[in-house]
Amino acid sequence: MKERKSPWSFFSGGYLLLVLLFIYLPIAYVLLFSFNDSKSLTNFTGFSLRWYENMVQDRTMLESIQCTVVVAVIATAVSTVVGTVAAIGLSKARRIIRNIVLEINNLPVMNPDIVTAIGLMLLFISTRIQLSLATLILSHITFCIPYVILTIMPKLRQLDDNVAEAAMDLGATPWQALTRVILPQIYPAILSGALIAFSMSFDDFVISFFTAGVGINNISMYVYSMKRYNPSVNALSTLIVVVVTLILVLVNLIPSIRGRNTKEGDTEG
Amino acid sequence: MKSFFRMSYPYLLWIALFIVAPMIMILLYALTRSGNGLLTFQFTLENFTKFFNDATFMRVLFTSLRIALLTTVFCILIGYPAALFMASLPERKQTTMVLLLTLPMWINMLLKTYAWRGILMNFDLESEARVFIGMVYDFLPYMIIQIHTAIAKMDRDLLTAAYDLGANRWKTFLKVTLPLSVPGIISGITLVFLPAVSSFVIPKLLGGGDYVLIGNLIEIYFLNAGDWNFGSAISLIMALIIIASMWATKKLDRNAQEG
Repeated sequence: MKERKSPWSFFSGGYLLLVLLFIYLPIAYVLLFSFNDSKSLTNFTGFSLRWYENMVQDRTMLESIQCTVVVAVIATAVSTVVGTVAAIGLSKARRIIRNIVLEINNLPVMNPDIVTAIGLMLLFISTRIQLSLATLILSHITFCIPYVILTIMPKLRQLDDNVAEAAMDLGATPWQALTRVILPQIYPAILSGALIAFSMSFDDFVISFFTAGVGINNISMYVYSMKRYNPSVNALSTLIVVVVTLILVLVNLIPSIRGRNTKEGDTEG
Repeated sequence: MKSFFRMSYPYLLWIALFIVAPMIMILLYALTRSGNGLLTFQFTLENFTKFFNDATFMRVLFTSLRIALLTTVFCILIGYPAALFMASLPERKQTTMVLLLTLPMWINMLLKTYAWRGILMNFDLESEARVFIGMVYDFLPYMIIQIHTAIAKMDRDLLTAAYDLGANRWKTFLKVTLPLSVPGIISGITLVFLPAVSSFVIPKLLGGGDYVLIGNLIEIYFLNAGDWNFGSAISLIMALIIIASMWATKKLDRNAQEG
């Protein structure tokens, strides 16, 4: 299909460029105006770091970053472990049980966030559990586990059961079969599950909004509760954009470098 | 190997407590009057009749459905050509495009919406137009990626075969590419329409105080009015509408594939 180098390819290339411009417009805007000298949203009056200084001095904003990170780290750790263990268990369950559990597991994914949120809030309040940091973390774990399971499950289904069976026939304990045979094979899926869980928790607003105690704010809640437009948020966004980009570049580079190595290894072998 | 099943016991307990129980709570609250004791429920349907008999609530519901539908349609209109053009790129460029489209998805939605608030302050727009732009922006990448995945999965030989049999590019698109990309459009709709109906952050941040969608209504009844029974009933109604529309979309998909 070489003959496609035509006005058509210029048009399609231009169209894709426009879509990318649209998608990156707010990010570019935030990057630019985080360095703006004035409070203006329209004019870039000059370069300054005042919004970054403001951010560093804004205690509520810093606390919201801290809260977001703490919750995301704990929720990711717990949901990855529970989710992985549950997924391995479920993959060996009878088909009916597995399907029922997976349907329920899907509920927080398919349900609108606000439904999950008010369900958890009603549960906590009607059992007289005071909303707090703990209820926030519990809620995050609850909506993160399904994503971990959904990421790992397809990988588990591809595994050859016979390998683990063979290991046990050869004298491996179930624990050894698990840690030496099953886990190493699904390790990349566990990592991507953890990554998804982290980003879900990091970005969540709705569920946090309904399940966190008074005075506990993550970044999203902090932004939501702001009454007037605050340009320091641009500085915060810029920081997050930089961190996210770095993480994604790393995550995407490592497997492709590793993948290239193994592919070369395959052709030699 | 069956003994491995025991590993999922902790999670079974977890879903019973934190997924099933909350759903039952919503159902229970929606179907009862306020001021219930632990064992003295007063079942009623008045929360639902109140909703459907009130013109204001019905207008909010209608607005939510309209903007969600409009968002979905525009995401398909803008996203389909993008996905199609992407699929015709060399494989390396396709990977880069997917990466470029997914990158902003990892950035906090509230921060992106907040940036739009800054941008849109420069223009004199109706609140609904601002909300609409914010929603299309937020959901477009999901639509593009779903459709692109479906098109990229397609067997290229089918296109060659169509050309060999004398079909022109337009006819090949209509008869081969478009039908095979329907599953992508369907999953795109699921990823756009569903969260768009229930969205309450975008209307709140971009629409200003006067633009209320059904998600905002739920928030108001839970956090401001403190009427959890009515709030639960509204979210149940919303969930049912979403389930119904998902069911209808799936049905449409099945018919399209059979027909």
